[in-house]
Amino acid sequence: MQIVLFWIFASLMLLFAALTVTLRNPVSCALSLVMTFLALAALFVTLDAFFIGIIQVLVYTGAVMVLFLFIIMLLDLRNEKVRPFNLAAWAGGGLVSIGFLGLLIRVIHTLPGFAFEKPPLSQTGSNDIEAVGWTLFRFFNLPFQIIGVLLLVATVGVVLLSKKEIK
Amino acid sequence: MTPTLADYLLVSGILFTIGLTGVMLRRNIIIIFMGLELMLNASNLSLVAFSRYHLTAVGLPNYSGQVLVFFIITVAAAEVAVGLAIIVALYRARQTTHVEDLNSMKF
Repeated sequence: MQIVLFWIFASLMLLFAALTVTLRNPVSCALSLVMTFLALAALFVTLDAFFIGIIQVLVYTGAVMVLFLFIIMLLDLRNEKVRPFNLAAWAGGGLVSIGFLGLLIRVIHTLPGFAFEKPPLSQTGSNDIEAVGWTLFRFFNLPFQIIGVLLLVATVGVVLLSKKEIK
Repeated sequence: MTPTLADYLLVSGILFTIGLTGVMLRRNIIIIFMGLELMLNASNLSLVAFSRYHLTAVGLPNYSGQVLVFFIITVAAAEVAVGLAIIVALYRARQTTHVEDLNSMKF
């Protein structure tokens, strides 16, 4: 049962990811990216990471993609007009991608440490948010505060960048 | 019958490659940005898979991996905000989002 759900959501995610990078209309690309993120959140739930799955839906499909759609609307982007086909760029890019994917598949299939099934948890239905929060504040307290400063700097930077004229 | 760690890593690798292909082959700067998001999410998937498959001594997932994913999502949100602000500023200056029209620094 679990493996069926895994492959359904994985193929859905890869299908919409492929649509994201192939469609011509930026709005269709953004909506495909929303579906990719939703399927990815489902995959996180199959890995018993409920908190990360919820954060994925809230932050990515909620906040980030709304920002993307607003920018596409603000810039009033239409379908891209067809440009002359650059064979060298396509051949180079395709070669790098295919080479990278082939290398990755070979490494994953030859290393013996990856081919084992999911080990059972000692307690099912445990409070996953509590455990993540405990780890976050106990072992990653300083990085957490630095992230807060980073978000503040990003907010100030965005406000400064979107002013009409920078004096 | 459950999926193995290799299955999750394979799916994550294919997602990363799709994002990489989008970044290298697309010419619209917003779609390039979406490819970057796909690559970040692929790394998140493999981190969560490692956290679930390598349990700690008490038999719970290794939550350090999930905390790292939390940090990546936060940094990615900040990156999207700054990047899209730069794209808007670029569009105001040049009225284009096509990278081949932005060639004033090209050798």
